[in-house]
Amino acid sequence: MVKERKHDRVRLFVRGRVLGYKRSKSNQYENTSLVQIEGVSTKEEVDWYLGKRLAYIYKCKTKKNDSNVRCIWGKVTRPHGNSGVVRAKFKTNLPPKSMGQKVRVFMYPSNI
Amino acid sequence: MLSLLVRRRRLLHHLLLPLFRPFPMAPSQPRTKSRNPLLIPGIGKFSRSKMYHKRGIWAIKAKHGGAFPRHDPKPASPEPASKKPPKFYPADDVKTPVPNRRKPKPAKLRASITPGTVLILLAGRFMGKRVVFLKQLSSGLLLITGPFTVNGVPLRRVNQSYVVATSTKIDISGVNVDKFDDKYFKKEKKERYKKSESSFFEAEQETKKLPKERKEDQKVVDTPLIKAIEAVENMRGYLGTKFTLRSGVKPHELVF
Repeated sequence: MVKERKHDRVRLFVRGRVLGYKRSKSNQYENTSLVQIEGVSTKEEVDWYLGKRLAYIYKCKTKKNDSNVRCIWGKVTRPHGNSGVVRAKFKTNLPPKSMGQKVRVFMYPSNI
Repeated sequence: MLSLLVRRRRLLHHLLLPLFRPFPMAPSQPRTKSRNPLLIPGIGKFSRSKMYHKRGIWAIKAKHGGAFPRHDPKPASPEPASKKPPKFYPADDVKTPVPNRRKPKPAKLRASITPGTVLILLAGRFMGKRVVFLKQLSSGLLLITGPFTVNGVPLRRVNQSYVVATSTKIDISGVNVDKFDDKYFKKEKKERYKKSESSFFEAEQETKKLPKERKEDQKVVDTPLIKAIEAVENMRGYLGTKFTLRSGVKPHELVF
């Protein structure tokens, strides 16, 4: 029953967490989300990640294109503050339930 | 008033100049500097009559029998007698779009990517695989090969942005990649079936088969490569392994 593993698993993305939307004390701007990338703790380290693509992956009940898994693509746009948090813009704004959820930060477009 | 002698001398000079210094018929390189130096923007050193002489209009006229040569426009070809009035006149004046003359240049190749570099593919079917770079094609895409027997990656095109260049290089001097270009990889156009029910169902049954030439080309490219790979210790194993990120590994700190 187990599907034959055609490809060994490789992780070519960095794990990240959605922290919420860009906001001030009582106003939030949902077009930009804040993302905490694993292992990034200073503004200087964020430079490497600027422009890299992000994917917020979630599961749904209904099947679209034969799959229950759906994705919202985005990009890392700029650092947020001094501690390595990053601002990101997605193709469509992230849904509020994404707060605290995982996000994949890919290594492309690459410049190495 | 100029003295008679001066005037006569000047006239003689003017007439005998062609004998003294026969100037060439036509300059091999066109004159770039103006014969009339500017004193102040808008005011030249020489007057109109002086310039007429300097430019040699008198000589050109003399060569063409007293008149400056004219090139009249060719008589327009007569319009076809039966010209139908257009079927459609737009209600408002329609602006014709300006033709786009922009030709995009192929992507500039990163300095870290040179022929023979081992690249890591970041996305796609072969993501994580370590692969050998052969050359950049005219479209800007990179031509790569596994080699096929080492890691299953055939001759393929890849975009520079989806690739990480490592500092490992392989000697590809023995490989001839001249015959590969974007046309080689172009997908064959499916024949458009005519809209009839029977053909609609038949068309789906065609299976894709890899043409022999592709397999042979792969071998031709790979054999010298594999020799170069075997020459280096552990290279074959290295190319056979996939790249992956692990816990605690931060790509921004990695040196590839």
